[in-house]
Amino acid sequence: MNVATIAEKLFLKVFGGNEGLTNEVSGGYTSDLLSDVMGHANAGDVWITLQTHKNIAAIASLKEVAAVILVKGFEPDTDTLAQANEEGIPLLGTTDETFEITGKLYRLLNG
Amino acid sequence: MQTFRADLHIHTVLSPCGDMDMTPRNIVQLAKQRGMNIIGISDHNSTLQANLIKQLGEQENILALCGAEVTTKEEVHCLCFFDKDEELSSFQRFINERLSNIPNNVDYFGYQVVVNENNEILDEIGVLLTAAINASIEEIEAKVHKLNGIFIPAHINKSQNSLLSQLGFLPKGLNVDALELSRHIKVEDFIATNAYLSKYSFIQSSDAHFPDDIGKVYTEFYMEEPTFNELRMALRKENGRSIVGHNA
Repeated sequence: MNVATIAEKLFLKVFGGNEGLTNEVSGGYTSDLLSDVMGHANAGDVWITLQTHKNIAAIASLKEVAAVILVKGFEPDTDTLAQANEEGIPLLGTTDETFEITGKLYRLLNG
Repeated sequence: MQTFRADLHIHTVLSPCGDMDMTPRNIVQLAKQRGMNIIGISDHNSTLQANLIKQLGEQENILALCGAEVTTKEEVHCLCFFDKDEELSSFQRFINERLSNIPNNVDYFGYQVVVNENNEILDEIGVLLTAAINASIEEIEAKVHKLNGIFIPAHINKSQNSLLSQLGFLPKGLNVDALELSRHIKVEDFIATNAYLSKYSFIQSSDAHFPDDIGKVYTEFYMEEPTFNELRMALRKENGRSIVGHNA
């Protein structure tokens, strides 16, 4: 399943990084500690977080995650969005809380 | 020029986790006994106890830097210090406008009180001071520097509430005056695994919450005299001023 399909099925807002919407998704990772994500997220994961700082775009690129989902209606900081666009990393958003969107993504990927 | 000892990270009775014996008078007395020339007053998200300690410090020939240990939106702890009273109070207003409204649970977190020099309680803060304020690390850094202050991300090697735990690495463009390491690591060992940070000055401090810890960890500054501006020059390695040692 690719990012575009997930965005459509989970009603996610696409903030930017549209170039990466065709990225294939192999799993998910939920964490707000960027040090933890650097150590433990896998390439192809959709990363779910409440952090909006520009470092999320850099780490998403470094770890080659398929996309980032911001929870609870949070919007990316301006420089975060700029970097996601530059790197082609889809930056997505939901009004769901972390627990709910993680559950929905898990069901979609493993259902 | 000469060497001055500075313990730049000390909590008072105002921090919920600060011992009730961390009164302004005790802090100054113990810092003096232990040979500190400079101390930093850094309560969580509040500067309200700092000015009294500065005044008491002047009587004992100790420079107290007034400031706070701010918890950013990303939950990164940062030491912020100011030279002038009006800069300090302006920063206090900045914090007040952005504090969370989570109430402090005294039984769980501890008391948050402002005391006078006779240890009489003047005020008790109702909201939990350790919670994140609603401002990003970049916004806080910009505000500190606009107010002519010193900005130092705290204990960046720790696995909680540190620049590296929360944000992974030092964000590009963040203007730090220095970086603080906890007492658990040697500066050269940290730099060996974080070479991209080697150009920065590092301080180490006690992060004292109890009287016993005051001055246990300190940084040695080589400079003309113990003043705010000299210390900033040393942090920024300007005009021959620098940090020359750490006791951790």
